[in-house]
Amino acid sequence: MKAVCWMGKEKMSVETVPDPKILNPRDAIVRITSTCICGSDLHLYDGLMPTMEQGDIMGHEFMGEVVEVGGAIKPEVLKAGDRVVVPFTIACGGCFFCKQQLWSCCENSNPNYWMAEKLMGYSPSGLFGYTHMLGGYAGGQAQYARVPFADVGPLKIPQGIPDDQAVFLSDIFPTGYMGAENANIRPGDTVAIWGCGPVGQFAIRSAFMLGAERVIAIDRFDYRLRLAQKAGAETVNYEQVDSVLETLKEMTGNIGPDSCIDAVGMEAHYTGPTYFIDRTKQALRIEPDRPGVLRECIMACRKGGTISMPGVYGGFVDNFPIGQYMNKGITMKTGQTHMMKYMKPLLDRIEKQEIDPSFVVSHRVPIDEAPKMYRMFRDKQDECTKVMLDPWAERSRAA
Amino acid sequence: MAEAARIPLANAAGRSGLSVNALRWGAMVGGGVLALTGLTRGSKSGLAMAAGGGILAVAGARLRSGPARLVASSTMQVNCSPQQAYEFWSNFENLPLFMRHLDSVSILGNGRSRWVAAGPLGSHIHWESEIVADRKGELISWRSLPGSDMEVDGYVEFRKAPGDRGTFISANIIYSPPGGKTGSVIAKLLGKDPNFLMRQDLRRFKALTEAGEIPTVEGQSHGPRSRLVGAARLLNPDQPIRRDMGIRETLEAQRRLA
Repeated sequence: MKAVCWMGKEKMSVETVPDPKILNPRDAIVRITSTCICGSDLHLYDGLMPTMEQGDIMGHEFMGEVVEVGGAIKPEVLKAGDRVVVPFTIACGGCFFCKQQLWSCCENSNPNYWMAEKLMGYSPSGLFGYTHMLGGYAGGQAQYARVPFADVGPLKIPQGIPDDQAVFLSDIFPTGYMGAENANIRPGDTVAIWGCGPVGQFAIRSAFMLGAERVIAIDRFDYRLRLAQKAGAETVNYEQVDSVLETLKEMTGNIGPDSCIDAVGMEAHYTGPTYFIDRTKQALRIEPDRPGVLRECIMACRKGGTISMPGVYGGFVDNFPIGQYMNKGITMKTGQTHMMKYMKPLLDRIEKQEIDPSFVVSHRVPIDEAPKMYRMFRDKQDECTKVMLDPWAERSRAA
Repeated sequence: MAEAARIPLANAAGRSGLSVNALRWGAMVGGGVLALTGLTRGSKSGLAMAAGGGILAVAGARLRSGPARLVASSTMQVNCSPQQAYEFWSNFENLPLFMRHLDSVSILGNGRSRWVAAGPLGSHIHWESEIVADRKGELISWRSLPGSDMEVDGYVEFRKAPGDRGTFISANIIYSPPGGKTGSVIAKLLGKDPNFLMRQDLRRFKALTEAGEIPTVEGQSHGPRSRLVGAARLLNPDQPIRRDMGIRETLEAQRRLA
């Protein structure tokens, strides 16, 4: 089969590799019909996540048709022929954390638990195509994928819903939604959201669903801000204002946003000398993550407010404003998305046509174009918001 | 829990003399040479070699003589009742399902059993043991009999975890490492910390109990691997080093499997 492989920093390659096999009784094999490049894949592309290995298959946003199931999967739960979306977090369903609906904290899905344990104290769940520290599972930017614990994760999708509406249930829609839910939004609240990429876009829409009266979206690309405006958000282009903090203070009558959402993470862009200092330290590997957005969230958030952090961070940051965080009485909530808690309710919203997630797609290309699209997405060329890959299309089709 | 340990656990450490010293100097000098050679090559693989040599040299410098007897112990929360956990453990033939260094255990009757474990560099270690104490749903302890390749005593306790969170399983193995004091030092040099290995075993038991299977990525598809990946796999402290294959074949196999 064809698969997008990580061959080193900024080196992606479409390789022909063996088709996946069932390895455990609760596995399933899925023939992938649609798969996407996620913003968090760019951290791997840029070589910033430790424990990637040459030859790893990328991708954690995919859906398709079940072609084979392991011996422990009951046919009434999942069988060949079912059309499913596969969540990017892998969870066993039997441990303390799964029973608490903390699916992304599953204890039993990471075969390399000890690696993450060394870095974080305890390991989160295994993820598809996202470093060996987080499981080393082959990802879904391929024609087929092996899905472990397939009786827990995959969600069946009715035929009436096209791929480009359903596939985002694999990560970014639930991630944006949990980002908003973690922001503790109450009716009438003002929510500021940093980053208008796909997760930010879903967070904006989810914040309104959860009762926010105002959403202020912050980015530097007008095409992304326009997409935010379409959802009803006010926008701030941070490159065109002197200070995001001052702008937000003016916009909120000097109270500050009730909730701040960091939908950017470890490779944030910001202005001023601190950006160059952080960027240099990151390049030298002495500060793994660039925390400009997180710092700004803490400064801008109203006293007693909430910060939600769906943006991905990998390790440590410098100059964390802990005193500001403490004195203002801020609450911070974060985590990889507890996918299985959100997928079904959000599918219901899609079925009721409350939201059409396909708005986020900017590029649909055959899988062979993936390496080129990684660069385009990273450099934000051609108004790139979201890339959908067709694993079966021939290269000849126009991009 | 001294009832299980035929030999007291404490003050096992002692001077081991020449052999450990030789090992220590060997690691320091060998690692240093490797590091220098790697650096002069100026290539990527040279850098990797230099890094490996450096690690070896530092690890060597930090070596202290090993104790004659090691204790591997860890406690793990598992979502099951103490009775369920006890029933699984009390059949020793189940243990190789999750204890990676055990090849097999056979029950001989009368509380006796025969054990085969993977030793260093692909050897096999045999011993027979007898059950010392057996309290249903609470504790099992055993010890190895005279004539065994090594002394291996063990006990495992099952306690109800607070807050209805299942069971705390504490497993403890007290053993004289193969190769004596030097052997325990080599094991340490390879990152094979006994408590770490026990925790890994208990983690596999937890997965088997809670999820019905042990998570794995061995045998899955991947693109072309580099030689470096194969080498890195050999350093995985969770993998026993077996002699079934030569180093070169092992490297290649690791590269294919990875």
